Amino acid sequence: MEPFRHLAALACPIARANIDTDQILPARFIRTPRSQSHAPMLFHDMRFDADGKPRRDFPLNRPQWAEAQIIVARRNFGAGSSRESAVYALADYGIRCVIAPSLGDIFASNAVNNGLLPARVAEAKAEELIAALEHGAAEVSIDLEAQTIRAGNHVMAFAIDPVWRMKLLNGWDDLDLTASFRAEIDTFAKRDAERRPWAAPAR
Amino acid sequence: MGEAPRSLFDKLWDAHAVVAREDGATLLWVDRHFIHEGSFHAFDQLKKKGAGVARADLTFGIADHYVPTRGRSAPIPDESIRHMVDQLTENSAANGIELFGLQDPRQGIVHVVGPEQGLTLPGLLIVCGDSHTSTHGAFGAYAFGIGASEVAHVLMTQTLWQKKPKPMRVKVEGRTAPGVGAKDIALSIIARIGADGAQGHAVEYAGAAVRALSMEGRLTLCNLSIEAGARCGMVAPDETTVTYLRGRPFAPKGEDFERAAADWLSLASDAEAEFDREVALDGAEIAPVVTWGVSPEDALPIDGVVPDPEHAPDPGKAAQIRDALAYMGLRPGQLLTEVRVDRVFIGSCTNSRIEDLRAAAAVLAGRTARVPGFVSPGSSLVKRQAEEEGLDRIFREAGLEWVESGCSMCVGINGDVVPPGERCASTTNRNFKGRQGPGARTHLMSPAMVAAAAVTGHLADVRPLIGTRA
Ligand code: SF4
Repeated sequence: MEPFRHLAALACPIARANIDTDQILPARFIRTPRSQSHAPMLFHDMRFDADGKPRRDFPLNRPQWAEAQIIVARRNFGAGSSRESAVYALADYGIRCVIAPSLGDIFASNAVNNGLLPARVAEAKAEELIAALEHGAAEVSIDLEAQTIRAGNHVMAFAIDPVWRMKLLNGWDDLDLTASFRAEIDTFAKRDAERRPWAAPAR
Repeated sequence: MGEAPRSLFDKLWDAHAVVAREDGATLLWVDRHFIHEGSFHAFDQLKKKGAGVARADLTFGIADHYVPTRGRSAPIPDESIRHMVDQLTENSAANGIELFGLQDPRQGIVHVVGPEQGLTLPGLLIVCGDSHTSTHGAFGAYAFGIGASEVAHVLMTQTLWQKKPKPMRVKVEGRTAPGVGAKDIALSIIARIGADGAQGHAVEYAGAAVRALSMEGRLTLCNLSIEAGARCGMVAPDETTVTYLRGRPFAPKGEDFERAAADWLSLASDAEAEFDREVALDGAEIAPVVTWGVSPEDALPIDGVVPDPEHAPDPGKAAQIRDALAYMGLRPGQLLTEVRVDRVFIGSCTNSRIEDLRAAAAVLAGRTARVPGFVSPGSSLVKRQAEEEGLDRIFREAGLEWVESGCSMCVGINGDVVPPGERCASTTNRNFKGRQGPGARTHLMSPAMVAAAAVTGHLADVRPLIGTRA
């Protein structure tokens, strides 16, 4: 995975709470293989009307935000289904960071596994950022090392779990890390089978 | 000084930690891994790497998300849906994974089948690429949903890197009234703390009202943990747990079972264990609950009224209410019992077990549904048992359809959808926009409350309909 350190990019405000993974990628699209771009399906039913025409009131459809790589939303972004394809849709569209007061745990973990930064800010700060973006601020710059977000003259700290921060900063891949603990895993499994013989399915 | 007091969750965590990194990331051993049709992304990742499955003996496949609920003997007509079920069959066979497939008499929804088969046991660490894996915590297991990359990691290594969630306890003391069940308790908790109220936390449910729940009720309660944002939910094992598990196909047998049961019963939070957060509810104060909006936190007692955005505490919340009411087609101040429904659905991993079907049937018996709807039992075995008890007849005579088991109208990807604009009283877990189909309007409630909506044609209090029959 590519390490994530800094990002300076356009940010799009989506001033809504509870944007769940069903909104990010509706369930009827989750059978799409990874080899196919998920970008056209991102926020599908918020972005397009029943006839498939872009809804003019949806922020990502406005020319000034179409190229955004950062999304700023209200609380509980990415709640709901564990579908990783919600993250594929964001990533394929070009989104590299989501800023919100709270984010679904499974969503955030999937995001990190795909090099996308889930950044938590205080509710008042999210509102401040959304207002600034809606009133013409455009570029936002994010420093993961320092855990700061800058937009014009607004500067704010963001929170991220230290484990996720390290993983993004280093571009670590879980499988590579796990491979270095092969022996420990084998020892654990052997000892555990003696300690909890009932844990194995009785066949 | 003895050891520091630990919560049930601390004990489960410690028992599965293979190695802990300095930054806090811990490699955990996985006891049980359930996979369903959605696992194709993970298997594609394995194929790309030329990797195999480390412990097929601890992995179980279940066809549920895309399976048809009607006409099962014929091939699935929609090619892309058929492909989803076929992929699971092929990936399971190629890797030696036991599959409860479409034609298996044990088939059903993964979170119903696991417990029913005795694959879910206390003390286990259980994962599945599905957010409602929290359900299995009802047995005192550490069970949580994971994404596709994590599913691939578990398939390849039987382990998973995790950071430790913070322990939280939700106590429900007192006794719930007749007509009030686990679903009402769970929705009341979510309404209280919010759909992100338990984010980053491992929730333990405790208190007299929780202890009084059957395994079915505890499964419903833990199922909805994720709707409060929790990583997982759990109830400490007790005699109810042990009794449920005795004789289940994959549970330990004979002496092994007794030894296991002794271990299980020792799994409890120490008296002095510290919780990062505590929430308390009085069971006696909980009324039957329905949701009015597009998040499970939008839940109110049935005798309430639709909220008014003008009275919201802040502009953000006001916007949220306005948006929900526009989608749901509701007016501020409207009585919830005035809201007419177009159809009903009884099913899903939240409320489709035998006890749920009995509760709905008790209300429907001798009555007629005013709206169409159907009942999809949680598993093919639940279906058979319900038929032996004659419940299917009650549903049919009331005018509801009795269909096969699967995720069905909970997520609609097998083709069972609520038509756009229609309003559905549903026993499922998510009232998200479009969850039951594009434009569908979902009201979540218990099986008994769905039955009450069916016979009245609107959202209704089930309490006058039970125990007061002529
Ligand atoms: S019934 Fe619904 S919530 Fe449960 S596993 Fe199936 S789709 Fe998910």
